Amino acid sequence: MADSKKRDKRTRIPGPSSLASPMGTAMLESTAVLLRELVSHLRENRTQLREEWARRITESQLLVAMTQEEIFKEATAVYDNYVAVLETGSVEALEAYARDLSERIIPRGVETREVLGIVLLLRDVLARSLFKKYQADFGLLNRVLDAYEPAANRIANTVGVGFVQERERIIRQQQEAIRELSTPVLQVRERLLILPIIGVIDPQRARQVTEQLLRGIRANRAKVVVIDITGVPSVDSTVANHLVQTVDASRLMGATVIVTGLSSEIAQTLVTIGVDLTKMKTIGDLQGGIEEAERLLGYRVTMMMQAPEQTAAK
Amino acid sequence: MRVPILKQGGYLIASIQSALSDYELLQLRDDLSAQVGRFRSRGVIVDVTVLDVMDSFAVRTLRAIAQIGHMRGAETVIVGIQPEVAFAMVQLGLALGDVETALDLEEGLALLDLRTKRGESHVTES
Amino acid sequence: MSLKAEIHIPINSDADIVTARQQGRELAQQAGFNGSDLTVISTAISEVARNIVEHARSGEIVLSVANGPGRSGLVVVARDHGPGILDISLAMQDGYSTGKGLGLGLPGTRRLMDEFEITSKPGAGTTVTMKKWRR
Repeated sequence: MADSKKRDKRTRIPGPSSLASPMGTAMLESTAVLLRELVSHLRENRTQLREEWARRITESQLLVAMTQEEIFKEATAVYDNYVAVLETGSVEALEAYARDLSERIIPRGVETREVLGIVLLLRDVLARSLFKKYQADFGLLNRVLDAYEPAANRIANTVGVGFVQERERIIRQQQEAIRELSTPVLQVRERLLILPIIGVIDPQRARQVTEQLLRGIRANRAKVVVIDITGVPSVDSTVANHLVQTVDASRLMGATVIVTGLSSEIAQTLVTIGVDLTKMKTIGDLQGGIEEAERLLGYRVTMMMQAPEQTAAK
Repeated sequence: MRVPILKQGGYLIASIQSALSDYELLQLRDDLSAQVGRFRSRGVIVDVTVLDVMDSFAVRTLRAIAQIGHMRGAETVIVGIQPEVAFAMVQLGLALGDVETALDLEEGLALLDLRTKRGESHVTES
Repeated sequence: MSLKAEIHIPINSDADIVTARQQGRELAQQAGFNGSDLTVISTAISEVARNIVEHARSGEIVLSVANGPGRSGLVVVARDHGPGILDISLAMQDGYSTGKGLGLGLPGTRRLMDEFEITSKPGAGTTVTMKKWRR
């Protein structure tokens, strides 16, 4: 994936050899041996355990947005990745798979709860099969679980975190898209831009609006800009200050800014809190603003029907 | 590096070619001041398109250039301030005061024509 | 935790101011900043570097990348052993200037950055530490 590079590098889980590092070489070897045994057990019983898991998923009403076949297909993939992590100690492949899986299932409405639910179920299904296999030797069972549990928890963690991160990435992307959408810079005439601002302005949005406008000024070679804030519910001193900055920055690029749509409430608030907008060109409504802009640019608008009559009357 | 100053009609055009040190900026100020006098220029354009930073010193010097020019009979227009630079300037609290600005060289020339034409046309037409 | 090595830029003359802001822009770009943030960062570096040249004559700028929990950014430290600042709160007021400036240097720079800290001892020097976080 092209954008996988952008994502944070997550920590590798310790491989089998480092799981029991403080306990000396003997223990170290036995953990490795145990994990190897575990892996071959999971490989041998792949079909049965995988089916068991898929059945438990359906029973628990998880992944309800997906069909049986889909669940089984993903279950197989997760299972194989799971075993691979136990074998190699590296979660990289699983991370990549978890991201890919999340990307596919998030649009279908799968929730965090469900994803955590299925990996925990798999952990339980596998643990049960280990109980069954080693029930005769309690000491051995304990050692097997010692080797299995940390790795299994890391895996659950990796998948869960991967899912949540993917969701966060999508949310960020959407926020970005909404912001872009909410501040269109429109060219209405040669060299005349209109920027209607709708909704609440926070400092981050204010910054973005300003950047977009300044780029728009250069791209369209604008000389006059009308910023309409009719749709802005409230203006405090911070927002007013941003507005002043936008006007000043536009002027530095050679463009005149006209601000329209300052409601009487907002105007009163600004006067009360002592914000001085007298240096700014303000006009009551958008229509008046555009007319003033056209005048500044040297346009004269005449009505088609009236124009000949007027000339005829003269 | 000295900023090249081009004489075009009654105007002087200084196109900054690279980032300037404080010393080079002051040199530009002095060069422009001298040439406005020598060529009896009516207008000065300083093209800052390539500058990716305008700090307080640069702004101060540009204002000085405009003020000195004005005292010697020339209008100054600063052209080519980049969007990012304009934004950083206002955040820093820097303004150019009464100094005229325009989008680019073409706009700057048009603005100077507007500002200086009246006087000239009086002389030529009468 | 990948804390990149620090970049030290000695500041002894006005030409070094240009070097400092260019290196700052480069490092900021590597740290993932873009657009107007790059300009804002190099402008801020220019101001603190100029502060060194004007008041202490020499000093250094140290640039480094900061990795905090869940965010990354750029750290700029400007250090000199000049006369120091007698009254920091006065120096941080808009319009206050002892040099030839507009009096916007330090207070303006604080507005450009996300974090800004200044310590100074009269006779011993001044250190400005400022940070910009990636949005």
